[in-house]
Amino acid sequence: MLQVKNLKVAYGGIHAVKGIDLEIKQGELVALIGANGAGKTTTLKTLVGMVKPAEGDILFNGQSITRMPAHEHVNHGLVMVPEGRGIFSRLTVEENLLMGAYVRNDKAAIKQDLERVYELFPRLKERMKQLAGTLSGGEQQMVAIGRALLSRPKLLLLDEPSMGLAPIIVQKIFEIIRMIAAEGVTMLLVEQNAKLALQTANRGYVMESGSITLSDTAENLLANTKIQEAYLGE
Amino acid sequence: MNLINSLPRKKGTLIAFCLLLLVLPWMISSGFQSGSSYLRALDMALLFIMLALGLNIVVGYAGLLDFGYIAFYAVGAYTYALLNSPHLQAMLPSWMMYPPFVVSIVICAIVACVFGIMLGAPTLKLRGDYLAIVTLGFGQIVRIFMTNLDRPINLTNGPQGINNILPPQFLGYNLGKPIEWFGLQFEPVHLFYYLILFFCALIIVVSIRLQNSRLGRAWVAIREDEIAANAMGINTRNVKLLAFAMGATFGGVSGALFASLQGFISPESFILMESIMVLSMVVLGGMGHIPGVILGAIIVSITPEVLRDVINPLQMAVVGRKVVDPETLRMLIFGAAMIIVMLVRPEGLWPSKRRRAELRPATKGIALQEKDDLQDAERNHD
Repeated sequence: MLQVKNLKVAYGGIHAVKGIDLEIKQGELVALIGANGAGKTTTLKTLVGMVKPAEGDILFNGQSITRMPAHEHVNHGLVMVPEGRGIFSRLTVEENLLMGAYVRNDKAAIKQDLERVYELFPRLKERMKQLAGTLSGGEQQMVAIGRALLSRPKLLLLDEPSMGLAPIIVQKIFEIIRMIAAEGVTMLLVEQNAKLALQTANRGYVMESGSITLSDTAENLLANTKIQEAYLGE
Repeated sequence: MNLINSLPRKKGTLIAFCLLLLVLPWMISSGFQSGSSYLRALDMALLFIMLALGLNIVVGYAGLLDFGYIAFYAVGAYTYALLNSPHLQAMLPSWMMYPPFVVSIVICAIVACVFGIMLGAPTLKLRGDYLAIVTLGFGQIVRIFMTNLDRPINLTNGPQGINNILPPQFLGYNLGKPIEWFGLQFEPVHLFYYLILFFCALIIVVSIRLQNSRLGRAWVAIREDEIAANAMGINTRNVKLLAFAMGATFGGVSGALFASLQGFISPESFILMESIMVLSMVVLGGMGHIPGVILGAIIVSITPEVLRDVINPLQMAVVGRKVVDPETLRMLIFGAAMIIVMLVRPEGLWPSKRRRAELRPATKGIALQEKDDLQDAERNHD
């Protein structure tokens, strides 16, 4: 579904991503793990067109999207849940969710999808008229994920969904990520919480200072002693 | 449908209000001694409503702080003046001079729109205070050009300004002369009142439609979080440019009407203070809320006029002589009133529900909620 070939990204003179290859197949949940500053978020931003790559190619369903402007990615089904959630804090929960359907015109289907999101997050239904900025961190993450679902993603890119949340809420968010994956949405999950990410994903990539150093199934990565030492804290 | 729903619910009230607007100039001219100067103030208030609604698109909807908005008013006014006065007659081919009124207005709107895009395009990446400074500079540049473009070619006639601007003429009527209808004598101030009222209503309708449109929602999203808006599939560049262009168009139309009302314009009318006045109308009334912005425009434009007539008698009554120059005191009182309003009601006099909620949250604080949330999660987890 998504193929990344020799992707290089530079900010000024600093090479944030130094030629990586990635592949995501239909229906997979792939984790991209690594330490702070490894280039994970930059990679994700490049995939959705918010950062322009210096070199390399990004293919989505066989079509090159390397130079496509950011706002067109949603039309193609490439949807990102940005780091720090990026919710519209002064809009209500429902308005936030409907923003996800900005590019869609099928009113009836939007309504159905909205109901589905409310089923997934009953908490949001209770608070639909509340300003999103007054929600707790966990609820805001739910809004961000729900909003992305309203764009009908073919490939959903999640950037640090666990960031800044209490462990118990993180568990809940990941339960939901599994549920969405079970519904057949392909996902790329960028996480610092490597253990949780690998327990959730099918496959994983390990990123270190701008390069991908390892790529394997999630089980193998979890069993890898090097990974255990470096990222799993065992 | 949207339009009808967003207007006041009771149709009767609306009709009564419209009737009141229609007879208002007659009430004023018969009710006060200095009726005709008040009528002029009323015409100006309507122009300021148009300006404030235009700026409201840029500042209130799209969240782009603009300190040079009056430049578009100036562009509209000068475009109208150049086309409808003898000033450029020697230079322009005769078919370009004195176009029909509606054509003049459309040309002014287009020229202002182009200027809006000219300001918008290079400032797309700027926000907040940085944008404010650039727009401030833009407003000054336009004014300075108007003051100095009397050389090498005399385009704007410099600080002297342009006079002998033709009043609007359409359907065989000349708005510069009194007209008699149904036994009533319509003075030019009356006629202009109705003309500007018409354009004002038009701009109000467009504003309401915009607010409830897809574009309106895109502006709100950009104001809140530009990156997230982009991630939602909003073409942030074009949508921001559209805000500048539409705001400028409103400004251009009001400028054209201003020139036709005055018959004379000079760079004096387009100083920074005017930009600030329009901005304070929007902020004072209630940013992003159409009725609030209209209220703000009326208060800010009418109050100084009323104070002008009140201060002197008041001084005489209290102290028995002129202590302070009324002109100075007028602005002092006005400024103090603005400060008080902003301290007491930061959301504006008539804010939208949304803005009131933003500035006066009735819900629990986030920390408390976080605690609730944790407890809930624990409960569910067990």
